[in-house]
Amino acid sequence: MNISLLIVGLFMILALFLGIISSRGKEMSMEQWTVGGRGFGALIIFFLIAGEVYTTFTFLGGSGWTYTRGAAVYYVPAYIFLAYVLSYWFVPKIWRYCKENNLISQPDFFVAKYKSTALGILVAVVGCVAMVPYIVIQFKGLGIIVSSASYGSISPTVASVIGAIVVATYVMISGIHGSAWTAIIKDFMILIVVIFLGIYIPFHYYGGIQPMFQAVEMVKPELLILSDAGLSPSWFISTVIFTAIGFYIMPTSFMVILSANGEKNLRKNAITLPLYTILLLFIFFVGFSAITIIPELGAAQGDMALLTLAIKTFDPWVIGIIGAAGLLTALVPCSVMLMSIAAGLTQNVYKVIVPNASDKQLLLVSKLLIVVLSMIALYFTITGGEAMAMLNIMAYSLIVQLAPTLFFSLMKNNFITKEGAFAGIITGVIVVLFMTINGLGIGDLLPTAPQWIQDINASFIALIVNIVLMLVTSVVARMFISFKQPGVE
Amino acid sequence: MRSIKLLIAVPFLGFLGFLPWANRIEPYVLGMPFLLFWLVLWMVISPIILMIVYKLDPDNREGETE
Repeated sequence: MNISLLIVGLFMILALFLGIISSRGKEMSMEQWTVGGRGFGALIIFFLIAGEVYTTFTFLGGSGWTYTRGAAVYYVPAYIFLAYVLSYWFVPKIWRYCKENNLISQPDFFVAKYKSTALGILVAVVGCVAMVPYIVIQFKGLGIIVSSASYGSISPTVASVIGAIVVATYVMISGIHGSAWTAIIKDFMILIVVIFLGIYIPFHYYGGIQPMFQAVEMVKPELLILSDAGLSPSWFISTVIFTAIGFYIMPTSFMVILSANGEKNLRKNAITLPLYTILLLFIFFVGFSAITIIPELGAAQGDMALLTLAIKTFDPWVIGIIGAAGLLTALVPCSVMLMSIAAGLTQNVYKVIVPNASDKQLLLVSKLLIVVLSMIALYFTITGGEAMAMLNIMAYSLIVQLAPTLFFSLMKNNFITKEGAFAGIITGVIVVLFMTINGLGIGDLLPTAPQWIQDINASFIALIVNIVLMLVTSVVARMFISFKQPGVE
Repeated sequence: MRSIKLLIAVPFLGFLGFLPWANRIEPYVLGMPFLLFWLVLWMVISPIILMIVYKLDPDNREGETE
């Protein structure tokens, strides 16, 4: 066993230990386990939400996409900071409503707003399907990190299996309390590691940030801007808009919102979080450096760029620290993800089927679901080969289908009926899955349209179909109700 | 003053609206190609806008009496 793997292993144990002690002395009810008794202050919420920003996706996938696709990767900080801006407006409203009605999961919200338990089941299932690619990203990241830290002696597949077991154990023991504590350690570590790498590598190899960019400009200038076709400005704008909308609709972000102890704290966080996102720049600096330092890596291995470059540059113990930071960036978000979808499925599917289940039983079912979900995600991790960024966009395409129904429900006089909500969400999700599985884009549907229209993210088609069906079905349902009502009375 | 929240649209319109124009390498600003600088610029402007909204937003004053 080498030093780097040893360091990664120690941090794994430390995280598990923190998970155990953080939950001690607290009676684990469903509400404690999932939303921490709604008692988290601004600072912990800050770290939990920010934890969503620095996942293995940004760490490995972000540098990886920089390496292979260049400026297209700017979509990541762009959607994140715009999501925060947008959150100022609607997130406190959600928090208030959930607090007043004692809701603990995202499907609960839809159930209460639309007075339909069936809609809760649908939302829980959509949330679950959307989160799977996201969890796959984390497992993939864990696999890459542990395997790299072992200098290849552990294969990525085996490493992913180990990672999945650790995550599942961790979340079953601690619930969100453990995530909150580990989130703080993780953020400090990742900050130090990312800033160090982002400054050291360009200065070490090129003598500065600008010379590094100029070196890229010499070889591949097209990577410094968005291209004319494909990942073009219209792709960028459309992707950023829908991912920004999707960000807080993700079951995970939703759950973190609910664990806050006040609306004002959520607004304060909306102000400071965009600044924090700037730190993603350092990851891009690493990715851009990799373009000219390790051109031999190749596009298919993009997600390996950061670690490959680090291994080329540093001693094994530094790789250990980087790996440990990477491990925590997978562990924290992944535990929140698993917990939020397990809570949603328990609360809104299991409880509907078994209405008089005790709190203890619900907790048990949630934990079992975590094991099942981990296994499903692990299966896709081992069999699938997509780049992390593509998985990320797919998760958002799915979750954003909940957005129209959600936003309409925040209005004073919601016009949408539960039938409309159903029709919209189901067709939206079907369109996304159909287009993703068949690899279709707008260009395939409208081959004669101008290039900028063809580049618009395909999820918009699903979203438009979703909105139209939602509106039409609501109109029909309302006509039907007003037609029937006189007879009922 | 509730309309103050409309300011939230400014980062969307500003950053994304002018993105096709900002999609260029030159000039380098603070060592970054222009497109990257454009992104960073809006990540700094947005909190300032939100800060203004926060100060003027009547919802936050209601919150203090809780």
